[in-house]
Amino acid sequence: MTDKGWEPVIGLEIHAQLATRSKIFSGAPTAYGAPPNTQACAVDLGLPGVLPVLNREAVRMAVRFGLAIEARVSRRSVFARKNYFYPDLPKGYQISQYELPIVAAGHIEIALEDGETKRVGITRAHLEEDAGKSLHEDFHGMSGIDLNRAGTPLLEIVSEPELRSAKEAVAYMRKIHTLVRYLGISDGNMQEGSFRCDANVSVRRRGDLRLGTRAEVKNLNSFRFVERAICHEIERQIALLEAGGTVVLETRLYDPDRDETRPMREKEEANDYRYFPDPDLLPLVLSEDFIEAQRADLPELPDAKRQRFIAQYGLPAYDAAVLCASRELADFYEGAVAASGGQAKPCANWVMVEVLGALNRDGKEIGQCPINPRMLGGLVRRITDGTISGKIAKEVFEAMWQGEGDADAVIEARGLKQISDDSAIAALIDEVLRDNPTQVAQYRQGKEQVLAFFVGQVMKKSRGKANPQRLNALLREKLGAG
Amino acid sequence: MHDLTLAELSAALYRGETTSEELTRHFLARIERLDPGLNSFVTVTAERALDQARAADAARRRGEAGPLSGIPLAHKDIFCTEGVKTSCGSKMLDSFISPYDATVVERLQAAGMVMLGKTNMDEFAMGSSSETSFYGPVRNPWDRERVPGGSSGGSACAVAARLAPAATGTDTGGSIRQPASLCGVTGVKPTYGRVSRYGMVAFASSLDQGGPITCTAEDAALMLNAMSGFDARDSTSAERPDEDYTAGLDAALTGLRIGLPKEFFGAGLDTGVARVIEAAIKELEALGARVIEIELPNTHLSIPVYYVVAPAECSSNLARFDGVRYGYRCAAPADLHDLYCRTRGEGFGAEVKRRIMIGTYALSAGYYDAYYLKAQQIRRLIRDDYRRAFERVDVIIGPTSPSVAFKLGEKTGDPITMYLSDIYTISVNLAGLPGMSIPAGFAEGLPVGLQLIGEHFGEARLLNIAHCYQQVTDWHRRTPPGID
Repeated sequence: MTDKGWEPVIGLEIHAQLATRSKIFSGAPTAYGAPPNTQACAVDLGLPGVLPVLNREAVRMAVRFGLAIEARVSRRSVFARKNYFYPDLPKGYQISQYELPIVAAGHIEIALEDGETKRVGITRAHLEEDAGKSLHEDFHGMSGIDLNRAGTPLLEIVSEPELRSAKEAVAYMRKIHTLVRYLGISDGNMQEGSFRCDANVSVRRRGDLRLGTRAEVKNLNSFRFVERAICHEIERQIALLEAGGTVVLETRLYDPDRDETRPMREKEEANDYRYFPDPDLLPLVLSEDFIEAQRADLPELPDAKRQRFIAQYGLPAYDAAVLCASRELADFYEGAVAASGGQAKPCANWVMVEVLGALNRDGKEIGQCPINPRMLGGLVRRITDGTISGKIAKEVFEAMWQGEGDADAVIEARGLKQISDDSAIAALIDEVLRDNPTQVAQYRQGKEQVLAFFVGQVMKKSRGKANPQRLNALLREKLGAG
Repeated sequence: MHDLTLAELSAALYRGETTSEELTRHFLARIERLDPGLNSFVTVTAERALDQARAADAARRRGEAGPLSGIPLAHKDIFCTEGVKTSCGSKMLDSFISPYDATVVERLQAAGMVMLGKTNMDEFAMGSSSETSFYGPVRNPWDRERVPGGSSGGSACAVAARLAPAATGTDTGGSIRQPASLCGVTGVKPTYGRVSRYGMVAFASSLDQGGPITCTAEDAALMLNAMSGFDARDSTSAERPDEDYTAGLDAALTGLRIGLPKEFFGAGLDTGVARVIEAAIKELEALGARVIEIELPNTHLSIPVYYVVAPAECSSNLARFDGVRYGYRCAAPADLHDLYCRTRGEGFGAEVKRRIMIGTYALSAGYYDAYYLKAQQIRRLIRDDYRRAFERVDVIIGPTSPSVAFKLGEKTGDPITMYLSDIYTISVNLAGLPGMSIPAGFAEGLPVGLQLIGEHFGEARLLNIAHCYQQVTDWHRRTPPGID
């Protein structure tokens, strides 16, 4: 990345859609992908006379997030109206939280590339409603409005301007992404817009304590876009400053197709939102009991789980980090370990290489994995107890993946049980040695590499089932004796 | 038949002396005959009313009738009514047919009441004379050259002219009490939160409250029984048990402590009105009440505070009328900006636009602290004034309006003078208290209303005092000349 004595200063505003069944201020469903305007009730349409009623579940989720980032959960928070006109904003205002957010002053730790960790402050997180969607295609010069998304609950998570590179910003965003999914408060689906962010970017001379003028980059809905957009913005600002120009405070849009940021049209920018407390909603007051009940109900969080995996399973930090990327994956791993009789490292390898590889190949999520943890643990157990070799295990894994049943069933049906009986292996070795006198002679002349040839031939005859340890031992014995 | 009160009609229906259909036809005929000269209705729903009346009669035959069953009423055109135009007195909503019923409409319908139609009002309830309506001004049945008050002028006029035995209204700064006063009828603004605001088109959300307009306090109690109560769809609705407001109507007033705020009897109060109020106080004293002079020192700030808070909230509440989803849309908009500007420019009347501009200004960056925030602080002072007063008295009494009904057009050119006509009612909304206006006499041949202000959720006490007063006076039974 460009440096030349410049230091980037980045803060992120992440919008996480909360996984409630109904909207934040109405009873309409939040499911994605329904035909336009079929999931918008009178309240979402902003009909005259309708009133908002706060969804308790959204509050509970925000509180859980606050507790997970060790923030201050406000005993009293206030909903405010953010006033601006836009066709997909039915009421002409968005209900949000302004002066008194539900969550304030938290933090998380991110891992840096050099292996160090860095604490990133989270200024606030507040509840708000999403707007609808404007559709500009297929309407013959007009725009269509889909209000299905209007009123969907969002948690806006605002970081301190403490991120110093695009990579740090991505690490931070990933960390929040993992966290909200652990907490079960957001599905984090970025394609559907359930998890997106705006980045505030500025640069200053290294050592300068004052912040430079920032630009806000909007519309970042993938980790890759966040990284690209921030890199671009940093480079743009440095180039501008070095050419003697000044950065203007503005909102810029990231265009992934052209891989650049550009200023939003002025009309899309509202200058004065005229915030004031929403008189339709009373201040949100949370009791100590409610907050403590949420605290007691928190799941094991990613950092704690990672530490435990290292300590309890003796895993390398890398493995622990991969396996703890999601709660589902970590649960899958632990289920496999239990079913394998405690084979922690082999299970880690199988999950990380085979399971994740196959999921990736088939474009599936861990929740759609065709084999369950018990099946994977059973497979590892059969390797450990010598029933099958590691090589055969891959065939068994693939068969399980295709739905042929658990490891024992596949081994049985396909006759893959390993031959560990010395006399049977010895008979195969004798055959191979008899058929290949030339190679035997070569070996005797000191060409040790030929050993691998014999192993391969015996394995072929056993159709892969010969116990490799026994085969090696017996082969050396016979050649030595010969 | 139209001379009877709601309670008397209820008894007549109960005794089988009349039917709901007969009553409904009678009132519909009166509307047809008399309303062209009054303009109190925007919409008359005759067929629907007769259907509801026949259903009420059938229910009665099955033995399923309550005290309000089969009684006709009119709804202020600010309450959403499913399948019926809900205009709010505005061109903006002239084409708006609500797909749902307001909670108040739903409750009164469930109680068996028959909707005759929707009443005229100041546009979006912004006004004190019912002259800002897109459908033309409402006239005062006592003198057609005068205003009925506002914004619930259509409802007050309809009840005064006996075009309906009862009507609903809404009160943001006096919009039930002031027209009730000017038309010589009884009007109740309940405690903020007592009646659901769901389905009531919002003007100023922290001040708006629906209530009944009737001939008598007893009728108001019957209406309030059905209208009030907790509603989960309104987050500002009070979670309290329902009350029977008729239960304590006859309780004796012996020892009642009446507070007279000296600020309500100073300069600006018409002498004729003052005389009527003094006589009414004497009447109450004769019933056993004791008068105590009190102070509400921040009363003079209530109008400036109100004209920051109410416009601020309305500037936001009325943002939804943008021509995008429903209601008026300007012809052939060139682009989005043009759509907004012309839709709102053409769809709203002058007073509504004036208040939107005041409110937008008051909420703007750099002005918020000086206006909106300061107004909220003063609002607390006003509430504290009342709290202190209620430590010494049970009820506060004074005039509802400083004058009797004024002439049409008299104040339309001078908004400040118009705003001042709500001087005695506005602080009640700012404090969220219940208030009511009852007929107390006449000045210059026009009705004068007596205002009663109670403690939070003290509606029952107000109705009790008003009822006792109405047992020894007959102002509430006087009808305007020439309405038979």
